[in-house]
Amino acid sequence: MTSTQVHIDTVARAEASPDQPQPYRELGLKDDEYQKIREILGRRPTEAELAMYSVMWSEHCSYKSSKVHFRHFKENTTEEMRSKMLAGIGENAGVVDIGDGWAVTFKVESHNHPSYVEPYQGAATGVGGIVRDIMAMGARPLAVLDPLRFGPADAPDTRRVLPGIVAGVGGYGNCLGLPNIGGEVVFDESYAGNPLVNAACVGAMRVEDLHLAHASGTGNKVILFGARTGLDGIGGVSVLASETFSGEEGGTGRKKLPAVQVGDPFTEKVLIECCLELFGERIVVGIQDLGGAGLSCATSELASAGDGGMRVWLERVPLRAEGMTPAEVLSSESQERMCAVVRPEDVPAFMRVCQKWDVIATEIGEVTDGDHLVITWHDEVVVDVPPRTVAHEGPEYHRPIARPADQDALQADVPDSLPRPSTPDELRETILRMIASPNLASRKWVTDQYDRYVRGGTVLAQPSDSGMIRIDEETGRGVALATDCNGRFCKLDPYTGAQLALAEAYRNVAVSGATPLAVSDCLNFGSPEDPAVMWQFEQAIRGIAEGCRELGIPVTGGNVSFYNQTGTTAILPTPVIAVLGVIDDVRRRIPTGIGAEAGETLLLLGETRDEFGGSEWANVVHGHLGGLPPKVDLAREKLLADVLLAGSRDGMVSAAHDLSDGGLAQALVEACLLGETGARVFVDGDPFVQLFSESAGRVLVAVPRTEELRFTDMCTARGLPWSKVGVVDPESESLEIQDVATIGLAELRTAWEGTLPALFD
Amino acid sequence: MKIGVITFPGTLDDTDAQRAARYVDAEAVALWHADADLHGVDAVIVPGGFSYGDYLRAGAIARFAPVMRSVVEAAGKGMPVLGICNGFQILCEAGLLPGAMLRNAGLHFVCRDQWLRVENNTTAWSSRYEQGAEIIVPVKNMDGRYTASQATLDELEGEGRVVFRYVGVNPNGSCNDIAGITSANGRIVGLMPHPEHAIDALTGPSDDGLGMFYSALDAVVTA
Amino acid sequence: MARVVVDVMPKPEILDPQGQAVANALPRLGFEGITSVRQGKHFELEVADDVDDATLAKIAETFLANPVIEDWVVRRVDA
Repeated sequence: MTSTQVHIDTVARAEASPDQPQPYRELGLKDDEYQKIREILGRRPTEAELAMYSVMWSEHCSYKSSKVHFRHFKENTTEEMRSKMLAGIGENAGVVDIGDGWAVTFKVESHNHPSYVEPYQGAATGVGGIVRDIMAMGARPLAVLDPLRFGPADAPDTRRVLPGIVAGVGGYGNCLGLPNIGGEVVFDESYAGNPLVNAACVGAMRVEDLHLAHASGTGNKVILFGARTGLDGIGGVSVLASETFSGEEGGTGRKKLPAVQVGDPFTEKVLIECCLELFGERIVVGIQDLGGAGLSCATSELASAGDGGMRVWLERVPLRAEGMTPAEVLSSESQERMCAVVRPEDVPAFMRVCQKWDVIATEIGEVTDGDHLVITWHDEVVVDVPPRTVAHEGPEYHRPIARPADQDALQADVPDSLPRPSTPDELRETILRMIASPNLASRKWVTDQYDRYVRGGTVLAQPSDSGMIRIDEETGRGVALATDCNGRFCKLDPYTGAQLALAEAYRNVAVSGATPLAVSDCLNFGSPEDPAVMWQFEQAIRGIAEGCRELGIPVTGGNVSFYNQTGTTAILPTPVIAVLGVIDDVRRRIPTGIGAEAGETLLLLGETRDEFGGSEWANVVHGHLGGLPPKVDLAREKLLADVLLAGSRDGMVSAAHDLSDGGLAQALVEACLLGETGARVFVDGDPFVQLFSESAGRVLVAVPRTEELRFTDMCTARGLPWSKVGVVDPESESLEIQDVATIGLAELRTAWEGTLPALFD
Repeated sequence: MKIGVITFPGTLDDTDAQRAARYVDAEAVALWHADADLHGVDAVIVPGGFSYGDYLRAGAIARFAPVMRSVVEAAGKGMPVLGICNGFQILCEAGLLPGAMLRNAGLHFVCRDQWLRVENNTTAWSSRYEQGAEIIVPVKNMDGRYTASQATLDELEGEGRVVFRYVGVNPNGSCNDIAGITSANGRIVGLMPHPEHAIDALTGPSDDGLGMFYSALDAVVTA
Repeated sequence: MARVVVDVMPKPEILDPQGQAVANALPRLGFEGITSVRQGKHFELEVADDVDDATLAKIAETFLANPVIEDWVVRRVDA
């Protein structure tokens, strides 16, 4: 340890030295942003204040480039859509009323950049962070899902990144005791230097237990609990530290601190149980998780969401490292910490619960009747700010927007002239090649590393179209959750692509038998300073908002991740959509695999058109991306969902599988392999189009033969196109597509399941 | 009939083991790691999870918990004890069962629906199964590769103390495909797979796991 | 042949949940006076005589350790 006395930059010192140069640019602040801070404070900020503003005004925390576009969500949310929402955008996570007195909260967040630097820990702490967001709403976290995107499956760096990320997601979630019930694994060149690690979590609570991040009530105590605070993730702020150590610019090593945080899932598990016991005792007035921006974020958000005044004694924070400065303590992103506001008379009870769980808890401050957040360090004032200016009144940019110059050329490059398979041999070969391609192959290698059983409520998990968990053991009420996005469609047309993602997630929830209820999103894009990226972003957000209005389900929250690029090339626009649905009794869930009942008819609901723009076939066989994505018809998606719900309620549907990437061929293969049963299928018209088109709004359903007429009559009466495409044959060991190919289940399974193990084992 | 289920910091499948006990109409009693006694229960389940994060070795810290003293004492008097997954690891660390668990052969966490063969239907936790029956139960663990000295393995095999054996695939590289073993008196059983997650085809691959909990009821009644 | 030992430890500023769990357990077991535990990895390599120090350093840095979060020490041990 250095013996140098660390000098502390106080408010008094800041007032006395207004012209002292400050490294605000190194901290990511622009000249005008720094000037604005000076205006707000009427002086230069202290180092600690500068650390707070710089991190809270960063793109990640302030949404400064995206905020102006959120109005689309507001403008497209009707009263009726809002009526089911108990908390929406702006809270830690959206909350919806699912009936029977239950409230469900869910959210998706990105942890992309940390996961590229250190795949295991980056992914692990991504899971940890989203789980704490759910806890901060007062809910018990119940399940996680992880939409992941990587560079080409056979690229050497993917071999480094993917196993690490998968092990990190599993290592953290498994040890934490949350089932992993779904997600995605997608490969595309554009993610080669910028994998996407999105993490979703769903939790539930009784409606009356909803906790919002408030710090109201003068005299109430602010308690920091959970792990100790160390030098995690403060690479940026160490600019300040290095300047503080005068004459040591050469480096004590402190300057180049890694921005890597290490997760401790055991501590998080204990923290969850501790929090839930505290909620149960009803002694928590407000609660906030510590994520990105650590205490800077927690204190300013708690204070500004409450009455505005808060006093914090920063030296009371239990530390893991020696010699930390106030700026470092405020900026540390050490994991597994929470901050609670508690009435003074409840503090002893709070401490007792923490002691039971061996959780360190420290009273670090209190709510005051002023409107300033005042933070002292050993009796010297190091922060004195209006908290709203830190947490909510950051800069807001109207970034330039421009449709990319090459968008027309991209859309004109239609896939119509690509050579198509036509003979039975070619079609057979194409089926086997497609199901073995990295984006369509079985995800078992990944998902078998995740515990899907823990907590005993998992009704559906991957490879089902959506995950489903039971919330109420008495009534059987539960929720379904699906996440989807096809970045290739979004590249071709971000508005339609985003709506297709919404439609697919919505459909995936509906095929499980649940009723779609609410939406959350994780918007992964390139640099907002690129007008072409902002055009994609604006188009996508408008697509989602207007699509939700048409479907009648609200967007309850979301996350934006910018600056995702490989070299200077932006990733495919990737607005990942999560749709939450409710099911009154999970016992009537619809499985994906066929053959559960003797004698089933296979029906294809919806219409198949010659749509190959952005399709997986064009990608796998021709490496082609061009043209327009499939048409989206949200009224049709709604009708489809209604029909599936009625089918499930009346026991008319024994299995259902969404058609998306890879089309009908992929859906048939998966339905047969998951049900471990053969089928005989007949296709009308051009077999290639029928088998591989990716037209939206389609579902493959299996109906018991006794229900066939009743079900098809219902479809006809409601105006939903349907066609009979085959029968399930439990005696058969193969998938027989008339006049095209008969392929044994074993051969299909080898092709489908062999790819990922061959690449990553 | 009361079945106690122990919770250590980091235990995960405790509520699931309690649910399984309720499914066979037993009263589930939550036991805390710091408890000095067993609250009058008739049988004990040491459930799965990652007690203390499994950070030193799976089960290495949990076995020193106060409640484990009572478990060892009660087991000595013949109380039925079931260790599932992390619980099996804890029972091995505590010396109630022989052997130890290594990291899975594939070095990954493995979660899958696993076929097992019932090799011994005379223990307190397997009497409801037919000898040789094949059951499907989830297995999910990181350190599940059962290992023991050759002499111990010979003894276990010779005395018929292998209770469950993996069929088809060996998910973790366990010696002799061993999934679960029992003490010499057949009252203590430890296994890596999770019978508490196979009590209802709605939330598991089958309800084949119920047999273990029913068996314990019989064992207590006839004791 | 020579024996080479590589010790890999989490960097001092990096959280070490494993070491912390052990440290917390010790007082419960009645062992007092241990203020900190850190847990790392110990590798023993049997190395042919023509493998030079630069190669060993590279093995440690690029493979056995993750320089982002871990420190390492390579040393030759006399047989």
